Amino acid sequence: MRNSTKKENYRPSKTVRIAVTSLFVVILAVPILLQYDAERLSPGKDNAEARKYALDVFGFYLEEVSDAAGVDFIHRSPALDSRIDHILPTIASTGASVSVADFNNDGWNDFYLTSSKYHTSNALYKNLGDGTFVDVADETGVGKINEKGTGVSMGSVWADIDNDGFEDIFIYKWGQPRLFLNQGGTGFRDITESAGFPAWINANSAIWFDYNNDGLVDLFIGGYYKEKINLWELENTLIMPESFEYANNGGRNYLLENKGNGFFEDVTFSMGLSSTKWTLAVGSIDFDKNGYQDLFIANDYSVDELYMNNGASGFEEVGKKAKIGYAPKSGMNVSFADVSNNSQYSIYVSNITEMGILLQGNNMWVPAYGRGGEVEFANRAGAMGIELGGWSYGSQFGDLNNDGYQDLYLANGYISAAKNNSYWYDYSKITGGNKAIISDALNWPAMEGRSQSGFQQNKVWVNSQSGIFADVTDYISDMPPRDSRAVALADLWNTGKLDVIVANQGKKVSVLKNHGKQDKNWISFQLEGTKSNRSAIGAQVVLEWEDQVQSQVVTGGIGFCSQNQRAIHFGIGASDHVNKVTVIWPAGGEQIITGLSINTTHRIVEEHEIN
Amino acid sequence: MGPVFISMILVVGHLSFGILEGFENIILTIITCVILDLSIGKLYTGTWKNPASAYISGISVSILVRSTFLWPYIITAAISILSKYVIRYKGRHIWNPSNLGISWMLFFAPMYVAGLSVQWGNNLAPMAIIWILGMFIVYRARRLHVTLTYVLSFILFAFIRSLITSDPFLAELAPLTGPMYQLFIFFMITDPPTNVGSKRGQMFVVFIVALVEFALRLNQFVYAPFYALAIVGPIAKAIDLRFFQKK
Repeated sequence: MRNSTKKENYRPSKTVRIAVTSLFVVILAVPILLQYDAERLSPGKDNAEARKYALDVFGFYLEEVSDAAGVDFIHRSPALDSRIDHILPTIASTGASVSVADFNNDGWNDFYLTSSKYHTSNALYKNLGDGTFVDVADETGVGKINEKGTGVSMGSVWADIDNDGFEDIFIYKWGQPRLFLNQGGTGFRDITESAGFPAWINANSAIWFDYNNDGLVDLFIGGYYKEKINLWELENTLIMPESFEYANNGGRNYLLENKGNGFFEDVTFSMGLSSTKWTLAVGSIDFDKNGYQDLFIANDYSVDELYMNNGASGFEEVGKKAKIGYAPKSGMNVSFADVSNNSQYSIYVSNITEMGILLQGNNMWVPAYGRGGEVEFANRAGAMGIELGGWSYGSQFGDLNNDGYQDLYLANGYISAAKNNSYWYDYSKITGGNKAIISDALNWPAMEGRSQSGFQQNKVWVNSQSGIFADVTDYISDMPPRDSRAVALADLWNTGKLDVIVANQGKKVSVLKNHGKQDKNWISFQLEGTKSNRSAIGAQVVLEWEDQVQSQVVTGGIGFCSQNQRAIHFGIGASDHVNKVTVIWPAGGEQIITGLSINTTHRIVEEHEIN
Repeated sequence: MGPVFISMILVVGHLSFGILEGFENIILTIITCVILDLSIGKLYTGTWKNPASAYISGISVSILVRSTFLWPYIITAAISILSKYVIRYKGRHIWNPSNLGISWMLFFAPMYVAGLSVQWGNNLAPMAIIWILGMFIVYRARRLHVTLTYVLSFILFAFIRSLITSDPFLAELAPLTGPMYQLFIFFMITDPPTNVGSKRGQMFVVFIVALVEFALRLNQFVYAPFYALAIVGPIAKAIDLRFFQKK
């Protein structure tokens, strides 16, 4: 009672009241001022000036040259069952993909693009070596993949599945998957039927990797929609995720073991890969250094998964143990890089960032190894400056300015339709609901031509050599926003610089030529396995120059629906030599090579080096 | 009871669904709330306050605000607590503290903050548990009529919205089944210091909150419930203090 009376009678001094009120006003102003500052700092652009600045300061810029290069491919999105027409843009939001390979072994990188509408053709752009490309998909037999009733293409991955020295191609679909055997670089033969593949999948990711180190690349396919769903002829409309954080009603995954005779055996369940999350991206690398390729899987509507390959006993999911399996986001990309030149691979997973509505942020999982070799990851994307993208899809690491550090290119943009008319409100309304509501497409509000996270610029981040990345987008690239999906890096003109190919949803593909300063040096390695698979997928290359060490790995597909050039490319800055290169082959051997010349691509055959 | 319940939501939510995405946020937010409330409370009243209220505000803010930075948590907490001492009418604070802090940040700093995005797995079981416990808590706090009036009003307006927008009724109803609303209806709209005096008045005010939210939703405000309470709450409280409270 005494206390209460004291409280009622007590009056703060005028000074105290003025001080507290002033503090309150200042604190109220903080977010307003910071918001204003952030908007004010978005720079305007003058192309010529920006390019000069980019060249002087960052050492390169990217110029869109699709037309000049003869690449006029336009991705087409599918039309599906009429009962989901009201939300078609959100369902049919993927399928633009790009994968790079030198399919005819002429020393020039070619690339394959997918379309996703019935009766539209995919494209295989053959590099003519004179700065131009020509689409040879139809004449080589890999063009007409999207015939009515067979489903449509979502992506493709290359690997030499029969070790004959030519890259073969697998095309994953919402529909019947297809496998084509390369006929000596002149055409492709469809061997799907004899391969024993599933009759119908709804997949948005696949990679080649040799999971059992038998010298034959195996195939992992990540399921998205359930495989029993035919999106053109729905049995019912219960096709949506049951949760936006913990959905387990996606398609099943497949691990298909290459038996060496053109046949693939489904070993998914016996190897412990029975997850049915909504997989959008997958990457393979030997994280725990036990000699077997592990799998990192990025899932939409859920947490990511890390499967450690224990050899004969199969895969063990260790996501929670490794600290990556807690916060569910919208995983749409997996890419690896040794960004700090310490021979440790960090993993970049893209998610959604929509200011004021959904701030998932992208993840940069940086590893730390315990004494027993166990690995744990911490998300350092914020500290490294690569957290906030947009509605992000594919990304690729590569040394874009040849300064000796891995830079990052990120694709952004979901649905660009009506400007200033967003679907986000309705999206946030439905996604907050119970699973009985959200899993039925009929409960979803109609999109009615609205955009969602549309008109977003892709991002280019330059590695500042201290593990911190700088956003240089406004200086580096003048590519307009195009709802980008897949990104691939390849030296398309054999200039020693990594160019960028971006596949855009429902839009024209973007070929971005890298104009770099000539004061930086580089070295590339084209690996060929003998005991290991011939594509050398899974091989690691450790390059030492000056006081630097950087590792890179040969992948059989990486990013989102994409595959980079097979050759491993290192920038070495101003250094005029490299000390040595160590190749760690998936079959187990290590090969150390010294005395290599720079500014050239070296072909290294397992156990034999041929310059 | 309130601090225990909200702590339980926090612990269960984090262990099951990782709602905190890290402990720095919540520690900073709670510390900011408690230190400010204790220190400024001491300056304003001459006594040390019970930290329970500041603790609840801190937890509410750390659950409901999402940011990739740490500073918005501190700022939101500071706005929430300071508002209690600065914005007063007839000796009473009129804004629900965390509602004002969160609404201010969502409206003025969208490049830095967003609302809660984790949805408890969209499952029925955790939702049902929180609803049952929440109902029990507000019943004990004699605010069950506030919660029920709001829920029924929301359902009514969801139905009307579905007629206007032609969107499915279940789509309009969906937000009510999410965790953001669970915190909103059990902690924000029932906050005793910012409620009006009479039971009928409380029910009327919360109906008006739902009505304003209805209007905001028709204009596609994602955080309509927070804004509606931030608009209606202080006006109702001021009217109540001016015309209906005994002198």
